[in-house]
Amino acid sequence: MADRKTIRDAAPVASEEHAFPRLMRPVEGRLVAGVAQGAAAQLGLDPVVLRLAFVLLTVLGGIGVVAYAALWMFTPLEPYEGREPSRDWSQIAAYGAIGLALMALAWLTGASTGGVGAWPIAAGGIGSLILWQQADPDRRRRWMSTTVGQVRQNRARTLAGLALVVVGAIGFLAVTDELDNAQPGIVFTLVVVGGVAFIAAPWLAALWKELQRERRERIRQEERAEFAAHVHDSVLHTLTLIQRNAHDSREVMRLARSQERELRNWLYQPKQDADVSVAAAVRRVAAEEEDAHGVPIEVVCVGDCPLTPELSAMMQAARQAMVNAAKYSGSSVISVYAEAEPDEVVVFVRDRGVGFDMKDVPEDRMGIRQSIIGRMERHGGSARVRTEPGEGTEVMLTMKLEKA
Amino acid sequence: MSTVRVLIVDDHRLFRSGVRAELGDSVEVIGEAEDVESAVKAIAELQPDVVLLDVHMPGGGGQEVLRRVLGAGSQVRFLALSVSDAAEDVIGVIRGGARGYVTKTISGRELTDAIRRVADGDAVFSPRLAGFVLDAFASSEAPPIDPELDSLTQREREVLRLIARGYAYKEIAKELFISVKTVETHVSSVLRKLQLSNRHELSRWATARRLV
Repeated sequence: MADRKTIRDAAPVASEEHAFPRLMRPVEGRLVAGVAQGAAAQLGLDPVVLRLAFVLLTVLGGIGVVAYAALWMFTPLEPYEGREPSRDWSQIAAYGAIGLALMALAWLTGASTGGVGAWPIAAGGIGSLILWQQADPDRRRRWMSTTVGQVRQNRARTLAGLALVVVGAIGFLAVTDELDNAQPGIVFTLVVVGGVAFIAAPWLAALWKELQRERRERIRQEERAEFAAHVHDSVLHTLTLIQRNAHDSREVMRLARSQERELRNWLYQPKQDADVSVAAAVRRVAAEEEDAHGVPIEVVCVGDCPLTPELSAMMQAARQAMVNAAKYSGSSVISVYAEAEPDEVVVFVRDRGVGFDMKDVPEDRMGIRQSIIGRMERHGGSARVRTEPGEGTEVMLTMKLEKA
Repeated sequence: MSTVRVLIVDDHRLFRSGVRAELGDSVEVIGEAEDVESAVKAIAELQPDVVLLDVHMPGGGGQEVLRRVLGAGSQVRFLALSVSDAAEDVIGVIRGGARGYVTKTISGRELTDAIRRVADGDAVFSPRLAGFVLDAFASSEAPPIDPELDSLTQREREVLRLIARGYAYKEIAKELFISVKTVETHVSSVLRKLQLSNRHELSRWATARRLV
């Protein structure tokens, strides 16, 4: 995943529809035909690396030109709409200059004759280019202080770069017959480098730890910032509203309650989609009615299951029961209990208010007979109301679940 | 009935004085403590009947107090009183040894009842705690390791369900045609299972609820 991300960062033109993007030549930002840029996007490297590689290979025996031409022929052009952007001639000139300089150098060292002698230089050059590209400007600074951090990321490419450089160096020595002469020097260098590494190791380790600590600190600060933003958007806002409505105790109660619920949900409740699960739907219905009527509704849910059309109807019946309790019972708190069992869902809505006598409820009272009992029965469930004057009311809803 | 001697442990001074005022003369508040250290010390010195214990406090919270006091072999009874109703807090503090859990929104009268009950050695379950327990014991698919401890009886389930529905003990007794004492026995038995069951699912369930 990290690699894919780097690809996008390095080359936004890389086509993103495909899981494995096909090699394409982009129009935007191309210097000659877009070959280097396309290949760079594919490999997750900076186009500069490949451009320099092509230049280098061209100088050393002309392979670069051949490779470039071949890729140009076999790679499709990326679809592009609009007027073609003009090429950046100053960059082309720069690469040309580099090419000429390298050619001069090659002529001086005698490597331009091509053949085997040129390969080590090419390998080493490309390898070091990859290595340097791995450390982009702001990473490069850290790279200087902690090598460890960099090596961990994009390990594969770093290793490839290192291998190329080493192969290039050894190859150069071998080709120029200097390998035997260089051996004492290499041993000496290894010992010195090893010694330095040994001395610097604790310091590097400390630096690494420090870096980790800073990272953790930053994550903590981000979390705190998110928290502060949340508190500011919700809690502080509500506190202001409460101060403004201080004379209206009912409104203050409602505000405080709804804020408390919101904060609790944010802190403790798993994120749930109220359109999908029964428990989330019950909580939402209760929250809405609590807000609408200013009576606290305590919800306890046990188990959970997906919301079917029948259960949605049940939620509407439960909502009606809560509305009745909040409006007419005079109870200071309403208890809602919902339990999802494998074969049925039950919802209880209970208040400790005035209660009533079922016989006294007129036939035309829609609330209980139609919205609760009728609705449940129409959808294959059942509803029972237990109440007595002075004893409070409990509405019990049951909905059988169809066995899947 | 002799007055119950209560110690209030909470790191919010305002809240302590609020509880003190709400309890009034119904119980005897013999002291207050504001963190783990002072709580442990005060419990050892004052030997209260019931400790009202906040869950979140500096220095390890209520669970740390439970661990140190009960770990030392004390017989003091704890009633957890917290604003949090996160499953891991509720289950955590009960498994830590508290004999009940109520949230801070509880009324003064109900709190007094709860304190009396805990002082008598009974358990106090809020509707939410009852819901948590039902959920936790129902969620297991694996066969229980110790059937006696790892599952609830039909009756215990019924009692818990009624608590979750908002019934008081007296109403539960009436509903199930049993005595209040029997209701208390069932609740205490559930508490014991909750505390002693070594089903690791309980803790895992509690944490999982928070992580989703």
